[in-house]
Amino acid sequence: MTRRRSSLRPHPAATAGRFVFIALALIFALGPVLYGFLLSLRPFTAIVQEPLNLLPSFGEIDFSAYTTAMLDPDQGGFGLGRFVINSLVVALCTIVLAIVVSILGAYAAARLRYLGRGVVNAIILGVYLFPGIVLSVPLFVLLAKAGLTGSLVGLLLVYVATTVPVAIYMLRNYFQALPESIEEAAIVDGASLWQMLRSVVLPVALPGVVATAVYVFMIAWNEYFYALLFLVQDRALWTAPLGISQLADFSVPVTVLLAGALAVTVPVVVLFFFAQRYLVDGLTAGAEK
Amino acid sequence: MSSAVTRHRWGRPLSRPQRDNRNGLLLTTPTLVVVVLASIIPLILVVVFAFSEIRLVDIPRLGTEPIEWTLDNFRRALGNPSFWQALGTTLLYASLTMIGSVGVGLALALALRRPFRGRGVVRALLLVPYVLPIIAAVTIWQTMLNPQYGLVNAFGREVLGWEQSIGFLNTTTAQVWGIPIPLSLLVVVVFEIWTSAPLSFLFITARLQGVSPSIEEAAALDGANGFQIIGRIVMPQLKGVILLLCLLRFIWTFQSFSEIYLLTEGAGGTQVMALKVYTELVTRADIGSAAAYGLLMSVVLISLLTVYVALSRRKVDVE
Repeated sequence: MTRRRSSLRPHPAATAGRFVFIALALIFALGPVLYGFLLSLRPFTAIVQEPLNLLPSFGEIDFSAYTTAMLDPDQGGFGLGRFVINSLVVALCTIVLAIVVSILGAYAAARLRYLGRGVVNAIILGVYLFPGIVLSVPLFVLLAKAGLTGSLVGLLLVYVATTVPVAIYMLRNYFQALPESIEEAAIVDGASLWQMLRSVVLPVALPGVVATAVYVFMIAWNEYFYALLFLVQDRALWTAPLGISQLADFSVPVTVLLAGALAVTVPVVVLFFFAQRYLVDGLTAGAEK
Repeated sequence: MSSAVTRHRWGRPLSRPQRDNRNGLLLTTPTLVVVVLASIIPLILVVVFAFSEIRLVDIPRLGTEPIEWTLDNFRRALGNPSFWQALGTTLLYASLTMIGSVGVGLALALALRRPFRGRGVVRALLLVPYVLPIIAAVTIWQTMLNPQYGLVNAFGREVLGWEQSIGFLNTTTAQVWGIPIPLSLLVVVVFEIWTSAPLSFLFITARLQGVSPSIEEAAALDGANGFQIIGRIVMPQLKGVILLLCLLRFIWTFQSFSEIYLLTEGAGGTQVMALKVYTELVTRADIGSAAAYGLLMSVVLISLLTVYVALSRRKVDVE
């Protein structure tokens, strides 16, 4: 009888099974994205004729779907460029407002033992978990009454409100991981609260703040429901997700839709992988226990 | 407690608790303003709306007239078979997605636990469906499942010999070997698992990094096989994060709107509660009814969560 295999080395069959599983997972995860990309490079008629022939022949490749999607209607396109700018403006403003509010709130939640802190933290968690769709009804009514439902400002306000709880949660995790002694020293040396936050806390917490900003950007960039609810009547104000979904209802060739959809993916993917490590820390810290 | 003392602007020294109190309230004020304006007041309003007759055309006159209280919104909702159907669909949709998403995430995290060359790249690539904007994911899936030129139907017709294309996004029930299955609902569930499993994978992977291998090595030396090690040693340590993920995924999927609305617009038996709220508000222009649907939806969710918390607490007590 041979000696037992090293106790922790798995059976070769198990290893093979594991790699087959990983390969299948990769195909399933990336296959559809690759499929969408390949189709976006081909003429629509070629797809209808040969839906199974995925690889574009060399002469067939053309990027005109991307330009057609982006250009304004008077230049023969579908105006997605305009929608992307709307999305970008709303998302960037959301980041600024949500991050400023959240840095203050999260610092208080992480460090300061003030009266009512428990209640405030519980409310923030409750808001985060409460069905957002339910609050959409009164929010719609309130903003309609204020005359803001037909504008990007109304959308911005809603986005700030929906991203603040999750941003506070993430930032609090980052702040708690920082050493407290420097802040204490700065206060003892006579720094005001604002000086201390700006010159002591923020430089150290910057990676966490950037990661949170990326996450807020992803939420705002992705949001569809409120954009549909507020802006569907005004084509000039459509955000990128709303624009693409509305174009799908007209007879826009699917290659153009795919090109547009993949074009709006690029900024998110780039930002995500840029901030990935810090994002994972911030999102999963609460799961440790 | 440290006895650090700082000088207040007016020269009065502040103790640490006093200082924390003042600064804490100062720093939390913007957050509280946002939360009160965007959550607390709307929450009160949704209750008021649900118990009153109010439609979209009434918005300009809102606040000028006294509220007429009524239970009609609830009476109509509860007496409507489509409400109960939407509730059932939502529960099935959220449960299946929760199981699938956490299950797939767990399997992936365990499969990628042992280091190998290129593991970092594989991990990053597996996150792509989660990072992809919903609109991009939906556009790709709609194309893939399209009856005329979609890859799946083309493959089915030309390779598997299907007689006709399958409308994956508008078929309420399909017979598979004589068994009726809710086809479109399952497609939407698979889509939701596809986009959300990477997040479960991320959470479980993070927790797995804190699981020390020494106990497993000891168990293996004592002759435990791979399944026993996973089942008896690794899984109990992952229980916390798995329960948390199940909870969050259920809550999120229970109220999800965009995925289903974009994929099917509620066709093929995928009319979930969130779509009902939207239809009542926008298509039927009935604010009161939309608020009632939303409120009932929250009541169901909160009661389920209460049961869940009570059960998991009792389980801990028994242990």
